[in-house]
Amino acid sequence: MLRDYAGTMKFMEVCGTHTMAIHSSGVKSLLNKQISLVSGPGCPVCVTEKLFIDQAMFLAEQLGVCLITFGDLIRVPGSRGSLADLRSRGGLVKVVYSPMDSIEIALALAPQPVVFLGIGFETTIPTVAVTVKTAFERKVGNLFILPAFKTIHEPLKILASNKDLTGFLLPGHVSAIIGVDSYGYLVDDFKKPGVVAGFDGLDILYALRSLVKMTVSGKPGIENNYKTVVRSEGNIFARKLIDEVFEPADASWRGLGLITGSGLAFKAPYDTFDALKRFPMQLPDAPDDPRCKCALILTGTLTPNQCGLFGRECVPENPVGPCMVSSEGTCAAYYKYGGT
Amino acid sequence: MCLAIPMKLVEITGPGVGKVDAGGVRADVSLAMAPHAVIDDYLIIHAGFAIEVLDKEEAMIRLDLFKELAEATRDEVPD
Repeated sequence: MLRDYAGTMKFMEVCGTHTMAIHSSGVKSLLNKQISLVSGPGCPVCVTEKLFIDQAMFLAEQLGVCLITFGDLIRVPGSRGSLADLRSRGGLVKVVYSPMDSIEIALALAPQPVVFLGIGFETTIPTVAVTVKTAFERKVGNLFILPAFKTIHEPLKILASNKDLTGFLLPGHVSAIIGVDSYGYLVDDFKKPGVVAGFDGLDILYALRSLVKMTVSGKPGIENNYKTVVRSEGNIFARKLIDEVFEPADASWRGLGLITGSGLAFKAPYDTFDALKRFPMQLPDAPDDPRCKCALILTGTLTPNQCGLFGRECVPENPVGPCMVSSEGTCAAYYKYGGT
Repeated sequence: MCLAIPMKLVEITGPGVGKVDAGGVRADVSLAMAPHAVIDDYLIIHAGFAIEVLDKEEAMIRLDLFKELAEATRDEVPD
């Protein structure tokens, strides 16, 4: 099918777990010269700006708050070290697997304020919505959430307008929540194909094949190759939970800047859980190390091996930027599996 | 963050909460996002929550495909 096609194709994946699956399966080495695969902003830890870490550190160090976080945030550098560093000098930082665990921790530590670090995309957001609703019902007055939730459609529209990108490998579990039907604009407005893929090496290959076919035929569409889990309409229960607790807000993404409507803010009566409202902070700007190319890597403009720090000063044991720290970061994937 | 695994619902332990099992490993999870789940359904679990019920028909199609693939490649493997 490619024999008569002269052009090149560049597909982007926007899911951190796809980043890892693609690199661990070695699928890139199988692609012919015309097809390239680039990683996008699929890792919630990586797109969360440094200021968030600084805010968390401020809450803990200046206000005596106990921080609760997902594990992959703990080694991300802030302006003055990471949460792991904070913990090793006695700061109260607890790692949880489920946001619901925050409730028991808050009850045990009451009246000390407890702040859950709220990062994540649409797969995680409903889990925090349920946590907030439960905390509300149980009147857990000392639990707060520092919000940095991000939603995929607005940044995806910005990426889709990039003429260098031919199509998209769409996320697996985010799509389970938002539904395949929600990606219609990729075709209607940008004439680019998208395929929802699973996480097996074969799933990735099959999805790539669909993307190539649609590109060569000039008939872009949205396909679902992960039907075991992803429905056309998505998970209506999860979306209702999100809508009950949150409303769209602006959010700032490393690599993409401020994007209107790409984040979430609390809706009344749940705004009492907003840590930013309860603990207003005025912190100085927190720019990334100027040598760190994470922002450009997140938009597929550069690859990790084009960053001067990669594998030298910036390694998983001693990361400079979040793309190397996070278990789903592009730099971490390249380092571990050898990028192409 | 997309990391989620399929586990079988073995017990409803309370309103909106269930026990799931994968190879003998058991966990308690919230069913808030999958209230339609019934015992013996396979659920995709993420951060202590069932985020979706696995579609059995699609899962069978997938398993059949893998079986077909295994049979096809078995013939290629030299003895």
